[in-house]
Amino acid sequence: MKRPIVIGLGNPDRGDDAVGPVIARILRSHAAHRYDVVHAVGEATEILALLEGREDATLIDACVSGARVGTIHRIDLQVEGAPDKHGAISSHGFGLAQAIGLARALDVLPKRCLVYAIEAQSFEQGATMTPAVAEATNRLVGQILTQ
Amino acid sequence: MARRTIKTDYLARVEGEGGLKVVVRDGAVKSAELSIFEPPRFFEAFLRGRAGMEVSDIVARICGICPVAYQMSAVHALENALGVTIDGPIRDLRRLLYCGEWIESHTLHVHMLHAPDFLGFSGSIDMARVHGDEVRRGLEIKKAGNEILRLLGGREIHPINVRIGGFFRAPRKQEFAELAEKLKRARDLAAEVVRWVATFDFPERERDYQFVSLSHPAEYPFNEGRIVSNRGLDVAACDYDDHFVETHEKRSTALRSHMRDGSTYLVGPLARYALNFEKLSPIARDAAKHAGLGPVCRNPYRSIVVRAVETLYAIDEALRIIDAYEAPERSFVDLEWRAGAGYAATEAPRGLLYHRYTMSDEGTILDAQIVPPTSQNQACIEEDLQNYAGAFLDLPDEQLRHRCEQTVRNYDPCISCATHFLRLDMDRA
Repeated sequence: MKRPIVIGLGNPDRGDDAVGPVIARILRSHAAHRYDVVHAVGEATEILALLEGREDATLIDACVSGARVGTIHRIDLQVEGAPDKHGAISSHGFGLAQAIGLARALDVLPKRCLVYAIEAQSFEQGATMTPAVAEATNRLVGQILTQ
Repeated sequence: MARRTIKTDYLARVEGEGGLKVVVRDGAVKSAELSIFEPPRFFEAFLRGRAGMEVSDIVARICGICPVAYQMSAVHALENALGVTIDGPIRDLRRLLYCGEWIESHTLHVHMLHAPDFLGFSGSIDMARVHGDEVRRGLEIKKAGNEILRLLGGREIHPINVRIGGFFRAPRKQEFAELAEKLKRARDLAAEVVRWVATFDFPERERDYQFVSLSHPAEYPFNEGRIVSNRGLDVAACDYDDHFVETHEKRSTALRSHMRDGSTYLVGPLARYALNFEKLSPIARDAAKHAGLGPVCRNPYRSIVVRAVETLYAIDEALRIIDAYEAPERSFVDLEWRAGAGYAATEAPRGLLYHRYTMSDEGTILDAQIVPPTSQNQACIEEDLQNYAGAFLDLPDEQLRHRCEQTVRNYDPCISCATHFLRLDMDRA
């Protein structure tokens, strides 16, 4: 069985969409002994391939659901449905929701599979993260490291 | 007069965002228009002032599905400006990299985007619940394509190993051993896929398309060849602008192409196949024949079969290249920058991709032109809708909308390249 994996989804150069890649980078420095840490752009089959053969996976993405900017959503996929049932939860809604749906349909969804999505405000090209999202990013790193 | 309006905000299972409006009056389709509203991305503008060495990495960012196509058209155009031709193992490696992209892109479209249309599912997740083995098979084939990009391109998405003159690093022969075994397995699976998609029900619709693709005397085209058509066109890439023109329409953020005489034309699998059938490998030709395809296919709905055949070919060709490969002494040839203009067209999975650059003495980009396949096919998509939607007007709204979406998906449009897709408005009275 493969090691637990953390997958950070998103584009590092599009404002708050950088939450996934930024957290992946930090965890690679601090927790590589515990997890395989990967940055993925969000294409469904790419995510599906990363999930295959894992018992433990954590996916991190930016999202827009109408909640307060910087809110950290936590979805346990063994308990709850795919993210699209929570509204437009992910900035890579098609890719991530599709990947999870396919993983369920093909029975390869890891036994423990969490999605953390940080409520985003800006996806502007070349922009930095908005302060509330940057703060939530730091909080989420701490949360993952202590889980 | 009874009037019905069907509106779908976004069409799913196409790459990007745009809109489609079909107007029906008195039982006939009056007009069909694509409106691409993805914000333009100005790649051609921000290439100006960049160093020639940077171009292949910048244009790879135009598309996450077909970055190799952009890289290949770019390096060939720049090398054309410098009067350099690449041959030997480096040329073969470029062809191999392109095989990887075709395998990835075609397999994704066939299994995840297009097959659900024919099997009556709303998408690939629903399809996977019933056809899990077929989806797993598709994913395994796609992985083989990914593996080519990872090994040769440095990573699976937006490869980083391509440079003008060749590659930053050329793999050693033995590095391909494991990949070759995966490709052999994928070749068997791809042959099964051709047989599978050939069993789908296809609407009996054909058009006398003006097919345009590259043609090379000795090989099914990826990187090299002249631009030819089934109407007698036979020109070099440097003459592209003499025969094709892009225009802008207010409703769209993408340019659209037509021939200078105003006629529309088709690029992509159907065109390549029709103009290069004899260059397919025997295994691919044989699979096409057994799938019921002749040397020309004019039914756009059967493009899924042609994509499956091209996938089989790309795997077969990749294995041929790997088998014959001997690593070059150097992974790239040295180039001397000089002022000039360069032109190239290569075959992206979706069709002809044309690049033109002019450079300064130091190799700084002064001007760039990029014409992606989806821009070139846009007019053909609209014509298909106008021609075919009429035959489906007796269907209930939901089924009619689905049929229109399927007609668009025949083309595997990549609106993120052309700039993204798709909202559908049906206005009928």
